Amino acid sequence: MSAITTDDKTYNFDVVRAFTICAVVYLVVGALVGVYIASELAWPVLNFDIPYITFGRLRPLHTNVVIFAFGGCTLMATSFYVAQRTCHVRLWSDKMAWFTFWGWNLVMVLAVITLPLGMTSGKEYAELEWWIDIIIAVVWLSYMFNFIMTLAIRKTSHIYVANWFFLGMMIMITYLHVGNSLAIPVDFTKSYSMFPGVQDAMIQWWYGHNAVGYFLTAGFLGIMYYFIPKQANLPIFSYRLSVLHFWALMFGYAWLGAHHLQYTALPDWTGSLGAAVSIAMIIPSWGGALNGLLTLSGAWHKLRDDYILRFLIISLAFYAMSTFEGPVMSVKTVNALSHYTDWTIGHVHSGALGWVAMVSIGAIYHMVERMWNTKIYSTAMMGAHFWLATIGAVIYVCAMWVSGIMQGLMWRATDDYGNLTYTFVESVAAMHPFYAMRAIGGMIFLLGSIIMLYNIVLTIRNADKQPNMATAKA
Amino acid sequence: MASNNEKMSFQEKTETNVWLLVATLALGLTVAGIVEIVPLFYLPQTMDAGLTEEEDNVRPYTALELEGRDVYIREGCYLCHSQMIRPFRDEKERYGHYSIAAESKYDHPFQWGSKRTGPDLARVGGKYSDEWHFQHFICAKCVVPDTVMPNYPWLADALVDHTTTAKKLAALRMVGVPYSAADEAGAADAVKGKTEMEALIAYLQVLGTMVNFQEGKDYRK
Repeated sequence: MSAITTDDKTYNFDVVRAFTICAVVYLVVGALVGVYIASELAWPVLNFDIPYITFGRLRPLHTNVVIFAFGGCTLMATSFYVAQRTCHVRLWSDKMAWFTFWGWNLVMVLAVITLPLGMTSGKEYAELEWWIDIIIAVVWLSYMFNFIMTLAIRKTSHIYVANWFFLGMMIMITYLHVGNSLAIPVDFTKSYSMFPGVQDAMIQWWYGHNAVGYFLTAGFLGIMYYFIPKQANLPIFSYRLSVLHFWALMFGYAWLGAHHLQYTALPDWTGSLGAAVSIAMIIPSWGGALNGLLTLSGAWHKLRDDYILRFLIISLAFYAMSTFEGPVMSVKTVNALSHYTDWTIGHVHSGALGWVAMVSIGAIYHMVERMWNTKIYSTAMMGAHFWLATIGAVIYVCAMWVSGIMQGLMWRATDDYGNLTYTFVESVAAMHPFYAMRAIGGMIFLLGSIIMLYNIVLTIRNADKQPNMATAKA
Repeated sequence: MASNNEKMSFQEKTETNVWLLVATLALGLTVAGIVEIVPLFYLPQTMDAGLTEEEDNVRPYTALELEGRDVYIREGCYLCHSQMIRPFRDEKERYGHYSIAAESKYDHPFQWGSKRTGPDLARVGGKYSDEWHFQHFICAKCVVPDTVMPNYPWLADALVDHTTTAKKLAALRMVGVPYSAADEAGAADAVKGKTEMEALIAYLQVLGTMVNFQEGKDYRK
């Protein structure tokens, strides 16, 4: 490991440090709101008849904080870290990087204020109102421009694979955000989407699934491609496989959104096309997962005592599982059962908790050690975090599998005379134990995140106390 | 760097020239969106379900219904209730005729939803009385003991903000909803003094009632 003094002169790690700390804080906040709304579904009294904390208003806050605050800060931290490390240059513009940092956090503060107030565009994962969307676009372009320029002034001959994924993510998110947010404002609290019914649905799910496909998959694959080889101290398993993975994923993922609209009033060809490509996506997804996993071939013993590597590797196990489950759910026959049920929520969370959060947590621990030139304060706490996160995610996902499939079966069940067996509310009552179980799974995951925050605060404080480190931090 | 005099592969070119990588991605990433979205704006089958004049009574929401719809969006109802009935036997039994595209042609944004924590609402119009809805919003558990829906008592006290209603109609007119100048002129008066609860119930009561479906006719080809 090179000394931090020289690194800091060469690279802008201050902005990466700031994004990293924000990511950990937002992870706790996002999980906390998630646990609260999960509890509202299990014990509705928690809505307390207070408008600002009802499920319908807090749920967009949960998704926005987790995806854009936690996910966004993690992506910005890691991509700026990786770009500088692999290009051997400082960020193209320090000022622009700080603009991105403050701008992004401003957006998140605005989300925390406006969403509970009920200011929403009514489109999932894109709820923020039009003027916040404009701020997001400006901040996002500053991020992308700075990143591209950093690659452009690189001192290395080739652009490292992780950066391809980050770059593809940035370009696609620009399209998605701008396309899906087009709206006519009424005033500062209200706007109407430019597109009507069917077209709006298709554009929304083109956005919605690609927020998953690019923001939460491609971006975090960038993380995987840098941090797994780095933490394992081994080269990536196959360069050819990463080339294939990259282009297939970039070109393929964009088609999948239509599978969210099977059997709806959207023309049939669209959903079928989306499903066909979804199934084909198993190949690049598993290719990518194997590329990461096989990097450890012959060195699996490293997992025994390296918790950071464990986070990174288990994330790939969840990634492989989710990218198999997703195509299965996009098949029309399965979708007929799974759509509108908790199975979807379980699928999203095996991706979000198992894949996105785990790979981020691994990368964050890795970066903290290097940027503060120290070791994580407590390995034991890191170990506890690993097990809490894993067990919490597994409980969550299992609860949603059972409740989702049960809902689907109860809704379609008919008796010998062809009458529906269950009323809708009987299916709601049957969900209670699983909603309670899901809330508990979430709490366990949240507890792990709080331990992480504590552990990282202590790591940073300890690093600052050591005299040789103090000068290094300047 | 590239091999001295051999031809560089396209892959290697993208790896050594960031602008080429940007351009290739910028182009490649648009393909799927163009193929899946653009035809929906011009293919006639997208919207045309062969509705006769008698069947087709789809109209823009009245000012009061529109204000109710905005309450529906504000409270995040779409996060637990879908508005899209699929062509399955059980859904027909439970909710009614499957939804068709024309029914949401004036919906900005669409509210099809993605989750049924509560039942589908695409055809809830006329299913329950106004009084039932009122009591259910005040105290959901009093009406349906096993529900997990929150109560919305504040809707009964809050008056619809009539000052922005005309602006809302004007905004929707800009995106193609055929409101007339008279609709706009009368918008404020139509909602003045109404509570948000009344508006929301007016919206719910019109849902799914605008098409007179004929038994046995195929509306999705």
